[in-house]
Amino acid sequence: MSVDISVQEHHHEGPDPNFFRRWLTTTNHKDLGSLYLMFSLLMFFIGGTMALVIRAELFQPGLQLVRPEFFNQMTTMHALIMVFGAVMPAFVGLSNWLLPIQLGAPDMALPRLNNWGFWILPFAFSLLLMTLFLPGGAPASGWTMYAPLVMQTGAAFPFMIFAIHLMGISSIMGAINVAATILNLRAPGMTLMKMPLFAWAWLITSFLLVAVMPVLAGAVTMLLTDRYFGTSFFNAAGGGDPVLYQHIFWFFGHPEVYIMILPAFGIVSHIIPTFARKRLFGYASMVYALGAIAFLSFIVWAHHMFTVGMPLAGELFFMFATMLIAVPTGVKVFNWLATMWRGSLSFETPMLFALAFVFLFTIGGFSGLMLAVTPADFQYHDSYFVVAHFHYVLVPGAVFSIMAAVYFWLPKWTGHMYDERLGKLHFWLSTIFVNLTFFPMHFAGLAGMPRRIPDYALQFTTWNEMASIGAFGFGLSQLLFLYIIVKCVRGGEKATAQVWDGADGLEWTLPSPAPYHTFTTPPVVR
Amino acid sequence: MSRATWGPWWAVLAVVIGIAGVDPVAAQLEYNMPRGVTAVSENVYQLHMLMFAICCVLAVVVFGVMIYSIIRFRHSRGAVPATFHESTMVEIAWTVVPFAILISIAIPAAGTLIRMEDTSNPDMTVKVTGYQWQWHYDYLDEDVEFFSRLDEQSYLARQRDPDISPQEVENYLLNVDNPLVLPVGKKVRLLMTSNDVIHSWWVPDLAVKKDAIPGFINEAWTQIEQPGVYRGQCAELCGRDHAYMPVVVVAMNEADYADWLNEQRSTASDATDQVLAAGMGPAGGAAGGEFDPAAPPPPADVAAAGEMAAEGAAGAAQDAQDASGESGQSGGDDEATLMRVGEEVYSTHCVACHRPDGSGMPPAFPSLADSEMVASDAAAHIAIVLNGKPGTAMAAFGSILDDEQLAGVITYERNSFGHDGGVVTPQDIEQAREEMQ
Repeated sequence: MSVDISVQEHHHEGPDPNFFRRWLTTTNHKDLGSLYLMFSLLMFFIGGTMALVIRAELFQPGLQLVRPEFFNQMTTMHALIMVFGAVMPAFVGLSNWLLPIQLGAPDMALPRLNNWGFWILPFAFSLLLMTLFLPGGAPASGWTMYAPLVMQTGAAFPFMIFAIHLMGISSIMGAINVAATILNLRAPGMTLMKMPLFAWAWLITSFLLVAVMPVLAGAVTMLLTDRYFGTSFFNAAGGGDPVLYQHIFWFFGHPEVYIMILPAFGIVSHIIPTFARKRLFGYASMVYALGAIAFLSFIVWAHHMFTVGMPLAGELFFMFATMLIAVPTGVKVFNWLATMWRGSLSFETPMLFALAFVFLFTIGGFSGLMLAVTPADFQYHDSYFVVAHFHYVLVPGAVFSIMAAVYFWLPKWTGHMYDERLGKLHFWLSTIFVNLTFFPMHFAGLAGMPRRIPDYALQFTTWNEMASIGAFGFGLSQLLFLYIIVKCVRGGEKATAQVWDGADGLEWTLPSPAPYHTFTTPPVVR
Repeated sequence: MSRATWGPWWAVLAVVIGIAGVDPVAAQLEYNMPRGVTAVSENVYQLHMLMFAICCVLAVVVFGVMIYSIIRFRHSRGAVPATFHESTMVEIAWTVVPFAILISIAIPAAGTLIRMEDTSNPDMTVKVTGYQWQWHYDYLDEDVEFFSRLDEQSYLARQRDPDISPQEVENYLLNVDNPLVLPVGKKVRLLMTSNDVIHSWWVPDLAVKKDAIPGFINEAWTQIEQPGVYRGQCAELCGRDHAYMPVVVVAMNEADYADWLNEQRSTASDATDQVLAAGMGPAGGAAGGEFDPAAPPPPADVAAAGEMAAEGAAGAAQDAQDASGESGQSGGDDEATLMRVGEEVYSTHCVACHRPDGSGMPPAFPSLADSEMVASDAAAHIAIVLNGKPGTAMAAFGSILDDEQLAGVITYERNSFGHDGGVVTPQDIEQAREEMQ
């Protein structure tokens, strides 16, 4: 028995020397983590380019660059690509890279599923992107795909739905793998309540994913049968109910937004203690808060649709439940502050991004609290105020946490330190421009500008000029991010095993770069 | 990456910040929710400001602690980390205190919400129907109904390479041919529905936003306190021209409203003049201080809206009233007349999807130029225009247009875009309607 194992290890010492065989057939969690992250970065640039088309058109009132139907295709594709192509795969990539080395596992629990889960994605997004060249163009009904408008989609309709099915299958595979790894492959002695918070955040996220991705699949399948097989789930003329679609979509959609933020909470809970050189304050309450947020995410969906004409009791329930989310979210922010309090802070790039996350995510939280209040939501709903809100939680929220994670763990992945001076420059450019882009949108929305419009009344011009300049600044700054990563991969100052003074966790006991196979014999925790 | 390389970016930033300060528009730059002109909108505004204030206080506390920590506990200043990492009492405190704050918001919010949803005992009711991309207003029990579309000036300026720039258009994208006219001081119930996809009727000054959903009738209400013109837009993405279906409400004092209503009913064929005349009522009074100076009712707006309508931009709307009034315009069957009527109807109702040259946007909006049906099958052509095509954006125009307009537009389509399909008369339409019953 023991002989067998040593032989096996001998044969799997390094990556396959054949480039194609290595990357296509790899089941190594580090390779797959890198693939996910590179794919995510590519999608981030594609989705970002679409955002710049939107912002270029909106720089001035009137139609200068694109036709309204193409504008709607851009808003729809931008959202689908950023949500399913950039943010979610980035977090799955981080889970692949980090969970085994944080938990002391040799690999993910289900390596072949892992490979399959990743390689579905390029096909899914090829399908989605090629709809741009079909008659009638890409989907243009918003990423929410509301019936009956979505029925007016051209030839892209079935491709969009099939692409979403593929993305869902990929996400579920990733989620099952994460849950199986965390529940089965922790090092001896690592109880659940000793687990790194990133693992806790991802464990809860994986349950959210498994619970709601099939709901989305169901919703889009009902659209498909409505269009091609004569059903009338959402067709009022056939006895169906267009609002039913919104209920199903948002039953998926609200947990989905937490799928995109819980792993970010986990990341920030590693970075702040490291650079404060002080243990995370309130570990247990952080875990309970994650659980509470995940639970609440299932009972607040209808706050996305207060204007559809729900009964008063429903509106009151969803208002109160939504306001409750502020409590566990507040607990998390307060715990991060208490971690910083009387610490010994230094401000390397990951810490800068993490601090900006806390600061700007909190602003997004404030606007979220305002949106929860139903009477006021009637004014905010579907205005640029909402656009400002969810971009604050997604860009300086989720995306900044991903950037923080990349800077934080890049030395462990590559064995080199990134260029700190350029990293800081990237941080400041990103932070200044992200605020220039999204803060004015609050004002445009309050002044009455609806979202998803290619052209607007003159009084919104100033806010849109600011946002467009900010967007181009932010977009171009990300080329610097790409340069920094490439430079770091290719060389640089050698990183130590510890990398950061205050770093704590199993991954920092490994040499940098982490060897291809790690923890083939499990470490013992305490 | 020298400092000089990034210099231009800081210059850009400086220019942007400069825009807000120097731009002449900035003086009246809107940046907050309007207080509006109803008791409900005032309540909503107060609620919004209450929450904003609470968020500001929380921000000062949270960001204050954060910034203090960043300054005070720096590693570079030799700060030594403490070792504390949990405290049940503190955790309980910062769970309970936010909860209490939430309750203080929830109570007034619930009160306002209950008032907003109380649509009982209205003084009058208007049914609002969303279409791609226009609104239809039906004054129930008053026998007055009409369509409300983007005004002609905005329509011209919204094109790519327009003849007039948006900057030259007053109330660009926020003006319509026929506004919704309502009396002040009356509780008006609005019944919302849609003929195709979901739209959302939003007027910020009234704090009313309600989705118009096919197959549903949603209720909302408003009671406007000040005469004036209040503008809004469709708020729910409804397809290509979502940005181009504004909502304009003209609130009049009761006497003017009654006059407007009477004139709408008596000479429906010339409805637009009444919009103009009635619109002038409160507008004339504006100089006398009848308007709140803070409200945005430039008297010219009403007149301008009316004038534009009088110039014929509102043809469809007035004709729709003909249909209900059975006023029977005669002499409409000769081809030239039909083509003229048809072209007008086409440019109002059809052009958005099927394009001026009939090329459409296949497959969502089929091409008429390439259509076999338009070329050779008149009966099918009449049927699809009358009944629409379920599951698509093609509306049933049988209930929207009268026989002459239908004959006109079908004739127009059959003799344009390279077709030469002969004349469809109003009698053909009448016959087709009978056959369908």
